[in-house]
Amino acid sequence: MNFFNRYKWSKYLLAFLLTSGIFGGAVFLSSYITERKLQNIRDLQDRVATDILSSETQLDLIKDLSCEDVGNTYLSKEIANLAERITYTEENGTSAADSLELKKQYSILEVKDFVISKQIAERCNNLPVTILYFYTDKNVCPDCVKQGYVLDALRNKYDDVRIYSFDSNLDLTTIKTLKTVYGINDQLPALVIDGVTVNGFKSLAEITAVLPSAITNPAPKTPVTPQN
Amino acid sequence: MSITSIATYTITFLAVYVQVFILITFFERRKDLREQTSDKRLPITHFPSVTIIMPCWNESKTVHGTVESLLALDYPKEKLFITIIDDGSTDNTWEEMQKYQGHPQISLYHTENGGKHVAVNFGIDKATTDLIGCLDADSFVAPHALTDMVRIFNNRPDVMAVAPTLIVHGPKNILQWAQKVEYNMSVYLKKMQAFMNAIHVTPGPFSVFRREVFERIGKFKKAHGTEDQEIAYRMQENHMKIEHCPTAYVYTVTPDTVKKLYTQRLRWIYGFIQNTIDYRRLILNPKYGNFSLFTVPAGVISITATVYLFAAATYNVIVYIAETVTRWSIVGFTNTLPRFEFDWLYINTKALGMVTIVLYSLVLISMIVGSRIAKQKLSWHIISFMLIYSVIAPFWLMRAVWNSITSSQPKWR
Repeated sequence: MNFFNRYKWSKYLLAFLLTSGIFGGAVFLSSYITERKLQNIRDLQDRVATDILSSETQLDLIKDLSCEDVGNTYLSKEIANLAERITYTEENGTSAADSLELKKQYSILEVKDFVISKQIAERCNNLPVTILYFYTDKNVCPDCVKQGYVLDALRNKYDDVRIYSFDSNLDLTTIKTLKTVYGINDQLPALVIDGVTVNGFKSLAEITAVLPSAITNPAPKTPVTPQN
Repeated sequence: MSITSIATYTITFLAVYVQVFILITFFERRKDLREQTSDKRLPITHFPSVTIIMPCWNESKTVHGTVESLLALDYPKEKLFITIIDDGSTDNTWEEMQKYQGHPQISLYHTENGGKHVAVNFGIDKATTDLIGCLDADSFVAPHALTDMVRIFNNRPDVMAVAPTLIVHGPKNILQWAQKVEYNMSVYLKKMQAFMNAIHVTPGPFSVFRREVFERIGKFKKAHGTEDQEIAYRMQENHMKIEHCPTAYVYTVTPDTVKKLYTQRLRWIYGFIQNTIDYRRLILNPKYGNFSLFTVPAGVISITATVYLFAAATYNVIVYIAETVTRWSIVGFTNTLPRFEFDWLYINTKALGMVTIVLYSLVLISMIVGSRIAKQKLSWHIISFMLIYSVIAPFWLMRAVWNSITSSQPKWR
């Protein structure tokens, strides 16, 4: 064997092991950070669950208290924040099982918040409008992507519009019940705006048109004058 | 895991593997590197005769400076001969060359334009010296360059050719500064390849050969515009050792426009692909050592990785733009303004992103070590290099691949 043939297989092996180590280390670190992120989301879900429990308690108390004594039960901002986090982690390295579990818990929280805020609104004549949004996979439903953009804009524009999004395919009894109650079929996207079901994509203008004018054109706040 | 993910991970793994392999070589041979780059040079007692062949084609602006740098070499005058060949220039190169008419060390020739390798072969035919070197007429040698190379020939009879350390001459714009960073990095790669006995190109600017090389395997051949690469492949095939002299500095003029750089690199990459195809019998053949097991596959991996990752990045950008435009068209521009809220949750912590950081760090190490070997300062133009090359390099790589598929040879300039 001459000088040129003296390559070292051991060096090729060492390079392979080191490269594998780099990849292994990266995968381990990534999994660790992802788990921390998931824990962060679970903590947020726990906080929302506690807030909902608080709302339920307040709802029971309404019988004895005036509506003015009921605190703000408006959790949809928090829930929207939760939704963004779940969507991001779903698209960036979370396992399918973890994502599914998070989505199920999140959907249940949404339904609970929806029911409570609806009851409080009825009893106390509160303003908020609720929109239930049923969607499915973007590959099957390209209009769902567009509808998502519209609802994002709506949520940012009007504080008193509460949007609850549900993955129509999620195997969850609560969602199935909601779909039955509001007559949601396979024609997605579907919206339930203040109890009225509409199928197919709806533009920002179409949805805005059916919102109460008190939401789209709120009256300026007048200063409170102390009574003598 | 999708096929795209598997392809991305595989290509990234191979790209990291190449860098890790080179880094192992660096740690393995760092003592040798320190010795070879030391300013303390042992004097040499034997000065073999040397002919430097200088082919010129429309080099009237630089030919004078190049010849003067050769005449300034600290090498015995009676042992150093310069052959300048005007390869059918259409400017006043020949007139410029006349300034050296009658110089005892210099021979002047004028030939019909036949290409660089024809002119060099003409010079080889005329040469009778122990060593024969080539020098492009747009490059300038450091005074000690030849002596340092000869020291290697003297000490190591098995070495058949020595390649120099190329440094960008007088960068004037950001493109040339970016090339300077690239050249410095190449010094590191070249030295590591030399440690592995796996150099795949003997650069036109000042590679020096033993006369025996041409006698045994023949002279330069027409080879897709990269004749200096073909002869290196041929030498590797014939088990002839090519060394690299880290202190043999050669300053070369580089393209000053994107178009010129594109044309040059297209020729280089096209040549690499074609030569590799011509010598495919050498690839992954243990008989030819690290040259066939590492250097050539690493080149193929580099081209594949750059093209693939660029295509993937372009696809992602297009998807993002399409989504943004769709969103604008649906809800209007004012309703899509991004919110600037920092949240650590949204920082990309995918494994691939982390590996990419490691990959860039390894490339950075090669730039730092390369700059030290070439005794050049590390500059902020590392960023220029990263930005410019990541945008334009994929284009010449893709075009070279396309030209190879369609057998369309790019022009020289």
